[in-house]
Amino acid sequence: MSMEKTETLDIDPALITWDEVIPGGNYWSRVIKKGTTLRIVDLEGSTGVSMLCYNADNVIERYNAADTAKIQFNAFLKKGMVLYSDMGRVLFSITEDTCSHHDTLAGCSNAVTNSAKYGEGDWKNARDNFILALAKRNMGKKDIMPNLNLFAQVVVEKEGELKWIEGASKPGNFIDLRAEMNVLVVLSNCPHVLEPKSVYEPSPIRVVVWNSLAPAAADLCRTANPEAIRGFQNTDALFV
Amino acid sequence: MVLAVEQTLNPDRAIYNQVLPARKPWSQVIKKGQILRIVDLGGNQAVDFLVYNADDTSERYSAPDTIRNQRNIFLTTGSKLYSNDGNVLMTILNDTCGRHDTSGGACSCESNSVRFGLDKRWQHACVENFLMAVAPYGMGKRDLVSNINFFMNVPVSKDGTLEIVDGISEPGSTVDLKAEMNTLVAISNCPQMNNPCNAYNPTPIQLIVWDTP
Repeated sequence: MSMEKTETLDIDPALITWDEVIPGGNYWSRVIKKGTTLRIVDLEGSTGVSMLCYNADNVIERYNAADTAKIQFNAFLKKGMVLYSDMGRVLFSITEDTCSHHDTLAGCSNAVTNSAKYGEGDWKNARDNFILALAKRNMGKKDIMPNLNLFAQVVVEKEGELKWIEGASKPGNFIDLRAEMNVLVVLSNCPHVLEPKSVYEPSPIRVVVWNSLAPAAADLCRTANPEAIRGFQNTDALFV
Repeated sequence: MVLAVEQTLNPDRAIYNQVLPARKPWSQVIKKGQILRIVDLGGNQAVDFLVYNADDTSERYSAPDTIRNQRNIFLTTGSKLYSNDGNVLMTILNDTCGRHDTSGGACSCESNSVRFGLDKRWQHACVENFLMAVAPYGMGKRDLVSNINFFMNVPVSKDGTLEIVDGISEPGSTVDLKAEMNTLVAISNCPQMNNPCNAYNPTPIQLIVWDTP
C-alpha cells in the first residue's frame, strides 16, 4: 500500500528523469541539475521532511535560512519564493506548492530528541541521516546548516514562542523546486523534531525529477520583487 | 548570590577590558567559567556573535537547537546557547536589553547585493569580519553558521513576516555570558549602513572578560 506511487502527475512522462519513493525514516540525496525540477510529494500525510541543499559544483555555497527569510521578509516559504544560498544566489525556486507550510526555524531531529519522544530504540533521525548522506559525498558535520522542514508548520507567537501546528499537510500535497543552478539536495524523511506524537510513524514520500520548461520572461519567482531580480542576476552570472 | 556576582563583575577585576571599534572583528578563547560582557556603548548597535567549543570547533552554536530547547526565538537572561551536539556552550547571566535576535543571520557582501543593490557588494559586511575573526584558528567559511545578533530587534509575526526594525537597545545596554565549556567566541561589530540595525551609524562596543569567580 504505502510503497505505491498512487499520485497522478500533471507532468509529461517523457520529461521525467527520476521517480522514486523514499520510505519513512530514510535519507536520500541527489544532484538536481539546473533546468530540472524536483517534486516532493507527501503520499500519506507527512509530519515533516528535513532538507539541506548546496551548490553541487561548489558545496561550500549552501542554503542559508537567515538570508532566505530576511531577503524575502518572511520566514515561511511558499509558491513564488526562492531558496537563497549564502552567496546571494538562488538555489531553488518554489514554482508550485500545494501545502504552503514549511518550517525554516526549528532544525532537525536527533537521537536525543527521538529518545525523549519515543523511548529507547533505534529511531532514525534527521541529523544522523544528514551525516550519513553527507559522508558519502566526503562532507560531514560542518556542512550541516540550519535546515528546512517541508510539510511542517511551526508558528512564532507574539512574545517569540515557537508553536507546533498539527496537521499541516495531507496526502497528495507537493512542492516543486526548480533548480536554478546544479543543486545537491539531501532529504531526511523523519518526523519533525517538534511533532509531539509518542509513536514513531514516518510516512513515505515520492520524489520526481523532470526537465522543466525554461522560465518565461514574466516567471513568477524570477520577477517576484527587486531582490529576486538581483538574486537571479547573481545566479545567472555563474553560467555565462 | 546576586551581590556576589555583582562584586565579581567589577571592571577593576577584569582580565580583559577593551573597546572594539565600529565595524571591526574580534575573537578570543573564553575559558569554562569565565564571563564575557558585551556593552552596547552607543545604543542600537548589532553585535553579530558566534561561539564554538574551543577544544573541538566542529561543535558550534546552533540556532535551531537553541531556540527549540527554550521554545522561543529570542534570547535573554537565562537563555542557554546550545551547540549542534546538544551541549550548552554559554549561558546568558544578565541582560539589560531584554531581547536578542536568532533569526536574522549576518550581513554579507553577497546578500547585501541582493537586498540593497548590486553596487552594495563592495561595502564591508559581517561575514567578512567573521572570516577574519576565525581565520587565525585555521577556520573558514565552512565554520560559519546562523549567528546571534545581540542588541538587534527582529520581530517575527505569526504569518512569518520578518523585518529588521529599529533597535531597542539603550546606550550602555549589557549582556553577560558565562562560558560553560572552553569556548571560542567570534564577533563582528556590524558595519551595515542600509537598514536600521545600527541606527545607520555603526558604533564601538566594549568587551570585558572576568576569570572564574
